[in-house]
Amino acid sequence: MKPTQLLITLLVAALMLLLLGVLVGSTGFESGMLTAPDPAQQQILWDIRLPRSLGAWLAGALLGLAGAVAQGLFRNPLADPYLLGPSAGAGLGVAFALVALGLSPAAAAFSLKLGLTGAAFIGAMAAMMLTLVLARGVEQTLRLLLAGVIVGVVLGSGTTLLMLMKPDIMRAMQVFMLGTTGFLSWQSAELLGPVLLLTLLTAMGASRALDALTLGEATAHSLGVRLGLVRVTLIAVLALATGTAVAQTGLVAFVGLVAPHLVRSNCHGRHNALLLLSALTGGALLLAADILARGLIAPQELPVGVLTSLLGGGYLLMLMHRRRTGGSA
Amino acid sequence: MTLPTFSNAHRLAIQLALRLALGAIPGLLLWSAQAAPVKVADVQGHVLQWDAPPRRIVSLMPSLTESICALGACDRLVGVDRYSNYPAQVNQLPKLGGIDDTQVETIVALRPDVVVVTPYSRVQDRLSALGLKVLVLETRSQEDVQRGFQTLGQMLAVPDALQVWHRIEADMNAKAADVPASLRGMRVYFEVDSAPYAAGESSFIGEILGQLGLRNVVGRELGPFPKLNPEFVVRANPQIIMVGQRNVGGMDGRPGWRGIDALQAQRLCVFAPEESELITRPGPRMAEAAGLIVQCLRRLDPAAPGPGKTRPRS
Repeated sequence: MKPTQLLITLLVAALMLLLLGVLVGSTGFESGMLTAPDPAQQQILWDIRLPRSLGAWLAGALLGLAGAVAQGLFRNPLADPYLLGPSAGAGLGVAFALVALGLSPAAAAFSLKLGLTGAAFIGAMAAMMLTLVLARGVEQTLRLLLAGVIVGVVLGSGTTLLMLMKPDIMRAMQVFMLGTTGFLSWQSAELLGPVLLLTLLTAMGASRALDALTLGEATAHSLGVRLGLVRVTLIAVLALATGTAVAQTGLVAFVGLVAPHLVRSNCHGRHNALLLLSALTGGALLLAADILARGLIAPQELPVGVLTSLLGGGYLLMLMHRRRTGGSA
Repeated sequence: MTLPTFSNAHRLAIQLALRLALGAIPGLLLWSAQAAPVKVADVQGHVLQWDAPPRRIVSLMPSLTESICALGACDRLVGVDRYSNYPAQVNQLPKLGGIDDTQVETIVALRPDVVVVTPYSRVQDRLSALGLKVLVLETRSQEDVQRGFQTLGQMLAVPDALQVWHRIEADMNAKAADVPASLRGMRVYFEVDSAPYAAGESSFIGEILGQLGLRNVVGRELGPFPKLNPEFVVRANPQIIMVGQRNVGGMDGRPGWRGIDALQAQRLCVFAPEESELITRPGPRMAEAAGLIVQCLRRLDPAAPGPGKTRPRS
């Protein structure tokens, strides 16, 4: 498929999914929702379902973009947005906030002011900073990866310890770890939208450097790419995109890893196209998962992260299998 | 993880030592009044037997600890899990960890005659393999609690175990009679956690709410603690919301929630952490739990005298 074809397909998919998103809710699928004159229905449509669907798409797009950036920057097909430890950091931040809610009223007041989204964002950013400090900057890719793994493991065990000590935060933590799109509001969408625009444009501005990087760091350097600057910029993009998405939706699994692979297996293009298409794919994937999460066992909900893993993982497996048996791709 | 496997000889020696210890204690204490053999069956159908009612008990569940104490056997407890905290005297006992990190070694060292656990405990097989008697009791509904009373009463040779239960039931009914008439039959939503997880009709909390004459918006078909689509709550439009202090913050900021009747009229019951703990603990203090809820309902009663009529404390 040509990049423009895929672009159009993904945009159409986004629109269709958004439409489907406002029709599916706690009562299952309702086609009469759009024209219902009842103000309560209208409120549910405009204040709950639309921002939720839009927010899910935007968060998925951020994760898809972050995944494409991470895989390009580290030249590693297994890289995902959580590579530098933000997931563990966000988890620990949320765990601390939840514990604080149960402590003294002063701590609870502070925790409420900051909110779980704030705590997740700060935790994610702090973890990435820690990774950068441990790796002593961004010069060495391998060091960065290892530092990210270490930060992830250490902070993750901190979270587990907190959960063991205060089991009443367990349920809330589980929800965060599996990802949740339930409370996405207009405020979330208003935050996610500009961040997506900013990070997408910045990343696409650096896409030539990413193209050069596919030939290896030395070659990229000899081609005149200012590696230091590119790394710092792209890591900032990675941090901001991941941190914002995680703060709003929790640790949604797999979208960031799978979205760039889905794009690559469908069309070959430069990073310019890959970044944009990965974002659109990530958005479609998370929104589709969100719709299934609320629709399948309505009025109950499935954790959206479980569905992203099933959808993304299943599709990727299918592609791999087809490629092996078909002998061409 | 596997246990070091004991040779048969070791196992026999340990069992023999245990038997001797078990046999010696009643004799030493000249504890003859209740020294008749007892035999009980637990929820998993294990039949356990003792030559005399157990004297050394370990409980690994707060509600079971409370039940044992309610039956007047608190002084027979030699160890409890980390979260058992009522009555106050159990705080003096060795704490043996939680459901996931139970300290098997310490339990064995306490030489209990019986270890009381729930089916979700991970250690029951290991404890049985180490030669301890493990009594498995369920504590999810009022019926479970009542059955637990019966089983524990048999084991402890407490003759009036069911009377203790009937007293709790009578207390419950008295509390239910105190619910203001204007609030009876109102739609209620009890949030267990902000995911949102709700307490459904079939949960222990749901049973109490039903007895108090409130209508739960989360029906029996959804199971005890379903994770709901938040939109469901907006649609169900509860007239009263009950929630723990830790989850009340930001509730009216959730998309669409501001219009819910309960939030419009500020009919909120906000429970402090220790109150939430009491309400969510299926045990002998359920009348007390119902009392907390009724107290709140009386504050919400528009006909109630006093200033600042429906303002909840938070």
